[in-house]
This record gives sequence, structure tokens and C-alpha cells, in this order.
Amino acid sequence: MTALQTTWFFIIGLLLTAYAILDGFDLGVGFWHLFTKTDRDRRTLLGAIGPVWDGNELWLLTASGAIFAAFPPVYATVFSGLYLALMLVLFGLIFRAVAIEFRGHDPSPRWRSAWDAAFAMGSVVPALLFGVAVGNIVRGLPLDEAGDFAGSFIGLLNPYALVVGLLGLAMFATHGALYVAVKTDGRLAARARRWAQNAWIIYLLLFVVVSAATLATQAQVRANYEAAPALWVLPVCALVAVVMVGVLNRRGDVRKAFVSSALAIAALMGLWGAAIFPNLVPALDRPEWSLTAMNASSSELTLKTMLVLAAVAMPLVIVYTTWVYRTFGGKVELGEDEY
Amino acid sequence: MDVVTLSRVQFAVTIGFHWIFPSITIGLAWLIVWIMTRYLRSGERIYRVMARFWIKLFALSFVVGVASGIVMEFQFGTNWSEYSRFVGDIFGVPLTAEVLLAFFLESTFLGVLVFGWRRVSVRAHWFSSLMVAVGATISAFWIIVANSWMQTPAGYHVVNGRAELTSFAAAVFNPSTVPRFLHTIGGTITCGAFFMLGISAWFLLKGRHVEFARRSLTLALIVGLITSLAQFGLGHYHAVQVAATQPEKLAAIEGIFETQRRAPALLFGIPDEDAETMRAAIRVPGALSLLAFGDLEAEVQGLKDFPKDEWPPLALTFYSFHLMVALGAYFVLLTALGVYLLWRRALYDHALFLRVALLSIPLPVIAGELGWITAEVGRQPWIVYHLLKTSDAVSVVVPPGQVLFSLIMFCLIYGLLFVVWIWLLRREMRKGPESPGSASPREVSESA
Repeated sequence: MTALQTTWFFIIGLLLTAYAILDGFDLGVGFWHLFTKTDRDRRTLLGAIGPVWDGNELWLLTASGAIFAAFPPVYATVFSGLYLALMLVLFGLIFRAVAIEFRGHDPSPRWRSAWDAAFAMGSVVPALLFGVAVGNIVRGLPLDEAGDFAGSFIGLLNPYALVVGLLGLAMFATHGALYVAVKTDGRLAARARRWAQNAWIIYLLLFVVVSAATLATQAQVRANYEAAPALWVLPVCALVAVVMVGVLNRRGDVRKAFVSSALAIAALMGLWGAAIFPNLVPALDRPEWSLTAMNASSSELTLKTMLVLAAVAMPLVIVYTTWVYRTFGGKVELGEDEY
Repeated sequence: MDVVTLSRVQFAVTIGFHWIFPSITIGLAWLIVWIMTRYLRSGERIYRVMARFWIKLFALSFVVGVASGIVMEFQFGTNWSEYSRFVGDIFGVPLTAEVLLAFFLESTFLGVLVFGWRRVSVRAHWFSSLMVAVGATISAFWIIVANSWMQTPAGYHVVNGRAELTSFAAAVFNPSTVPRFLHTIGGTITCGAFFMLGISAWFLLKGRHVEFARRSLTLALIVGLITSLAQFGLGHYHAVQVAATQPEKLAAIEGIFETQRRAPALLFGIPDEDAETMRAAIRVPGALSLLAFGDLEAEVQGLKDFPKDEWPPLALTFYSFHLMVALGAYFVLLTALGVYLLWRRALYDHALFLRVALLSIPLPVIAGELGWITAEVGRQPWIVYHLLKTSDAVSVVVPPGQVLFSLIMFCLIYGLLFVVWIWLLRREMRKGPESPGSASPREVSESA
């Protein structure tokens, strides 16, 4: 494997991690949206993500673009193979986007509750399906010799992938609740802390279940960890970070709990990467047909061009994104410009 | 229906719907920059009122563009996996560049533009409006790079059964990138201008917010005239490139069957593909040779020079192009008439003109869609010109039933979004801009 191929394996991991951390709290906020009852609380939730959700979502587009450019067969196989699941994700993301904008344009309760439902569904469905996709990729996709998907939609809904999907949902729900707790005060912030605590218990439980199930049933993952025992530091970090989320939240230190939650997501993404490396799409039962960072990569020139592009653009993106987060830092205030 | 047809219909529906929104917002973004610049320079409240209103309509349209845009980024993989395998080495780069260099800029600064009225300085706010417009324009550039590479591929070689990059610069600046980018941007500014023109005309017809409406109308009218005129020049530049690089597309656009010197341009005609002739044609002799090659005697290749199974669908290409040109001429006439009325000081209460301007809002968007139909249908049967056929590019593993399902869902969802979008636009119009007098003390100090 060339250095460029390894680098791109890591960069795509980083992009997906950025997406999971940043849009993760938007999706999580969507999960809790219907748990609030008053219009004011709901506007506050939307106000908390209002200026940033669109930018956060772009990390998904960056990651999918980068997979397309750096590992075209992976993009082709995964996107066509998971067709129905991805269409459901897309329908969800469409409804989430327009619901955030459309909701505030009309004050009638029926109008608002319709878009509230759209926002919640548009957040929960992708949040769940992302995890299902991750679970399926750890497990391996049924591929044919040409590297095309050879399974069915129902086959993707296997128990292992579904449990990973629930883990993802619990992770996003915890993360989103903590974000709300950071961005609001008073009664709503107190409720958000309780949400986070409830979701966290399930998050921790599912983390243990999925870890055990992975070690018990996924021999190829065990093999990766046996080959490089230093990787065990990742699950340890993940466990510590997940536990700390609940501890810090209980102590009332929601900012630190949120940071811990972000670190937990990063560690879990690292676990995933370590579980499949150097495969990008392991082939179920036929390891030799797997799509790897070696056999599925673009040409050296394309990988180099993309590296230059990322090196030029990413620092810029990070600088002005940070500026916007600072500009809209602090607690949400509802004014005439907010939803 | 087979999976190729279904996937083609789905792509046409999703891109056709998506394009409505960037085509309005790219132009509108630049008009907003102009208004924000006036506000920054003069501090006059009327510009703040204008900016706030147009930004609101901008955000409403932008979000539908964002929502329908994500679909496009995924669809190459979901429906066109063989295409993705073949071109990924080249095609993925401009798509990623679009996100990294344009979408982030656009989305991040739009947050500031919409929510930043009380949080950032006037100068930072103005800068945000500029970054939104720049981002929108850069995004158009990269997506047109990607699409132009499908029209006139360059900077690649075919190895291991796929196209691999040999020169990034040659792939980016392939022969059709620059003419198509300029023609597209000219079109979007026309769309933005007609959007502002028609809505301002509505306020004048109702006699509401007159000062706001007059200034918006004048701005939109002048910009609209300049870009409608420029479109003929830019369109010509693009047509010359098509003539040089895609002769069968040119032949389909003009309904030329026989290779000939002094080739005519057609003002009207009914293509008859089976009889290989144009019916009821009104020809301007020599005009096509002159326009496309700058020489009356230049030879224009006819369709019969090409195998019939490689002809683009004739009627759609021909009609789309001619209707687009007719609409373009109408835009020049309408805006020129408006500027004449402005000069005669008869514009603002000319009810007929204002009503026609209002009804003309969708026409530049339709002209743009027709232009894209000409460009994309005129490239068929190729998905990458002379390299890969559309029929060989589809995802083989996706069952037709699943594509039919997603197609129906897209039609329903997009139909709903379109209706809601129009309804909300009308609502915001009825609400109107805030009146210039209603400033809170803090806002006054901010603009001072």
C-alpha cells in the first residue's frame, strides 16, 4: 500500500468523524424535538442549530465526494448496493433541511407541527441508518467477483447491523441533548440534561453489547486487533470517554460532557476504522473480493491532486467555520431573525 | 420500463428541479451584494430594508436548492455506478472541490447573512453577502467543470478500463468549461434579475412599499438588460465551441442532415427523424456557417455523416434550443422596453409592463432548463462524449422496482416542496418588507 492510499484512508475517516461530531448534534437535536411541547422550546432548539446545521451537513458531502474521487469503486459499490437505504437517508435529509427553514414562516399550529414531525423524522431516520450502514460494513457486504453488491435490502437489516444502528442513534441522541444543554438555560437546559442522562444509559449499554458482539462474531475484526495489539487503546479510550459523558453530565458540567461526547464519537469512529483497515468494504465470506485502500484507489495523480486540494481548502474552511461558531456562541436568544 | 430509462428519468427530474433554485439564488446573491454595498457606503435605511427582504426570499429558495442538491451528489453512485467506476478518477475531484471551495463558504456565510444582523458589524455583514455570492459562483464553476468534462473530455487516458487523470489543468479547463461557465452565470444573473424585477413590479401594482419596490425594480431592470444582451454574446461563444468540438450536437440543434457549405440557420422547423428531413423549415441561408465558423462558405457536418444510432434525440434537442433562443430575444426586448420607460419616467406606473414583468419571473429559469436539455440531450447517446454510452453507465445491481419507487417519491416530495415554496414566497410578498421607519435604537446606532 502506498503512503498516499493510507493517507486517504485516514482523511476519509477524519471527514466522516467531523460529520458524525458536527452534524451528529443536529441529528440529535432532531431526535429530541418532539419531546418538547411548547412552540418557544422548539424554536429554541432550531435556533441552537440554525446558523450551523447546513455547514455541518457539508462534511457528509465532502466525505462522499472524497470517497468518489479517491476510491471510486467504493463509492460505486456502496451507493448502488445500499440504494434503498440511501434513498431513505436522502428523503430524511431533504425534509430536515426544508422543515428547519419553512416552519417559522407561518404561525399556525398545524403548519408548525407538520414541519416539526418532518424535522424529527428527517433527523431520526438518517441517524439510525448511518449506524446500520456502519454495522454492515464491519460485518462485510455480500459482493460478487466484480466488486458489485450481491445482497438484498432485507439482508442489510441483519441483527448485528440493527444493533449498531441503535448504538448510533443513542450516541447522536446523547450528543444532541448535551448540545441543547450547552446552548440553552433554565428549564429547557435542565430537561436536556435529563434527556442526555437517559440516552447515555442506553448508549453505554449498547456500546458494551456491540463491542462484545463484534469480538464474538466478527473474526476479521479480532484478527486486526491481534495483529496490532496497540489498537486496544482505542476501545479503552472510547469506553472512558463514553463513561465520562454520564459522569460529567451528572456533575452538571455540560460543556465538558459535550466535549467528552465528541471525543467518544471520534474514538468510536477510530474503532470502526481499525476494525476494517485496510479494507474499505470487506466482502462477506470472500475476503479476497474485498475493496481495499490498495485495489480500489484512484491513480497517484488524482490522490496527489486531492491532497493539495484538501491542504489548501481545509484550513480555510476550519478558520471561517470557527469564526461563525464564535459569532453564534453563547446561549440561544430568540429574536426576529430566528426561526 | 428498464432501469436505464428509469434512472435517466430520475436524473432529469431531480436535476431539473434542483436547477430552479441555484439559477435564481446565484443571480440574486450578486444583486444582494450590490444592495449591501450601497448600504455599507451610504448607511441609508432603505438599503437595509431591501437587503433584509431579498435575503429572506434568498434563504427560502436556497434551502430547497441545498435539500435537492444533496441528492445530486449521491446519485452518481446510487444510479450510475458503472459511470462512477469509469470516471471517478477524474470526476470526483471537481465534486469535492465544489464542496470544499464553494459550499462551505456559501453555507457558513449565509448563516451570518441571515442571523447576523445584530451580531456582526455592517462591514462583516457586507463581507458575508460577498462570500455567499462568491461561493455560489465558485460552486457553479466546479459543477460545470465536471459536466463539461462529460461533454469534451480532456487531460485523461483510458487504462485498466477506466479514465485516469493525466493533467488536472487540462481536465479542468477542457474545451467547453469556460464558454459553458460564462453562459450559465449570465443565465443565472438574468434569472435573479427577473425574480427581483417581477416581485418588485407586484409591489408597485399593489401600490405598497413603493420606495423599496422602485429601487429594487430599477436595479433588477438594468442588470437584466445587461445580462440578457450579454447572453447572446456568451451563447454565441458557447455555440462556436460546440461547432468545433461536438459536430453532431450542432447538427441536431440546427436540424442539419446533409453535410454542406453555406449551411442555413433555422428560424422554424419540424424535425422528421425517420424521413431525415426538416418540415416547414424557415431557413436563413448561410447563417449557420457564418455564425458557427465565421465564414459563409464553411462546411457544416450533417447528421448523415454519423451512424444513426449515435444521433442525439433530434426533436428535443432542436426544440429546446430554439425555444431558449426565442426566450432570450424576449428578455432583451422586455428589459429594453423597461429601460426606455424608465428613461421616459413612465415605468413605475405602467401597469401593463409591470404585469408582464410579474408573469415573466419563471421564463429565464425555463430558458435555462431548455439550455440544459439542449446540452445534455444533445450529448446522447453518450454519457461521456465518445467514451462511454449512457446505457453502459447505469447501476446494474439496483432492481428497476427500487428506482421506480425512488422516482415516485422524488416526484411527490419535489411536487410538495415546489407548492410550499411558491406559497411561502407569496406569503412573504404579502407580508412585504418591514417599513424603513421601524428601527430599534440599537439598529440605528449600528447603521450610523
